[in-house]
Amino acid sequence: MGRGRIRPENIASDVQGAIEEEPKTESPAAAFVAGAKAIVPVLLALIPFGVAFGAPAIDNGLSTIEALGMSVFVFAAAAQLAAIPLLSAGASVAIVVLTVLMVNLRLTLYSASLAPHFKRLPVGWKGLLSYLLTDQAYAATITHFDAGETEEPDKRWYYLGVALAIWVAFQAATLAGVFLGAWASGGWSLDFVLPLIFIALVIPAIKDRTTGAAALTAGVTAVFAAALPLNLGLIAAALVGVLGGLVAENVIERGRR
Amino acid sequence: MSTLALWLSIGGAGVVTFALRLSFIALLGRMEIPPFLGRALRFVPAAVLTAVVIPLLFYENGTLEVSLGNERLLAGLAAALIAWRTRSVLFTLVGGMAALWTLQAIGLGP
Repeated sequence: MGRGRIRPENIASDVQGAIEEEPKTESPAAAFVAGAKAIVPVLLALIPFGVAFGAPAIDNGLSTIEALGMSVFVFAAAAQLAAIPLLSAGASVAIVVLTVLMVNLRLTLYSASLAPHFKRLPVGWKGLLSYLLTDQAYAATITHFDAGETEEPDKRWYYLGVALAIWVAFQAATLAGVFLGAWASGGWSLDFVLPLIFIALVIPAIKDRTTGAAALTAGVTAVFAAALPLNLGLIAAALVGVLGGLVAENVIERGRR
Repeated sequence: MSTLALWLSIGGAGVVTFALRLSFIALLGRMEIPPFLGRALRFVPAAVLTAVVIPLLFYENGTLEVSLGNERLLAGLAAALIAWRTRSVLFTLVGGMAALWTLQAIGLGP
């Protein structure tokens, strides 16, 4: 990690400042608390993801420490879920990493969108805030920042409040899932939670005809590409799907002209 | 998979994910996503998520299985319907599991 640090004495003086100042004025501590509070309703919706990762991870033969290690190192539910069947099928390291890369590509969009807000931060802060970047943290902070309610120095603290609350909830949910998976091992088909969570994610991702075309071409390819060697099926189907979306977009645009 | 390979996968996945998150934040917000890449990225979620889920529904023990006997495929279709109507992760999970357990109990297949 980088060199910038959150110094305890700074936090202490920040907290002091928050107590002395009017509650309306935002200070680092107040911004942090405001962020953490704003995300509470979302945390409840997050729990299924952590549980949905923990349970099948154990069902597919990962140990508790491996499942938790993945949640800490990767900290991206969809990518972790996508990796489980590959890990249990004994796919190579390259295939697993490439798959995680594909699933997490969208994070670059969030990174680009948040970058102007974090432009002046020291490198350590950039590292910390980047590590904590998730779909939910992005959605909660960008709307807040764009509304222009937060002053520049407090943005990092607001974001940290949001993102850290998500991190803690996700790790706790992973642990809950691990215990659930160990308890229900075998009989309950809990590994089925895995496709279910992807179904819940993909349906809202299909917003129009072009994203529908992407899903359809990816799906059809996936049926036939599953037999490809080295577990390359997922990557092949995803690439064909993206291509399908781009082609559909071109066809529709040409039809308008 | 060996323990070493597993941890290498986890570590590699962690590094790659961190790099994606850091990418534009580290570039000081001066660089924008090239237009073509931006267009392609729009289709990534729908394509990747479908690519993950389809084999899990259509294949049983490594063989393609499209029949009433494939309970996971049927329960998956039911879950897709629930996801579409409710947009709720929780309802999709609960409804999908209930559908699977029901189908397993009655057994439509031969």
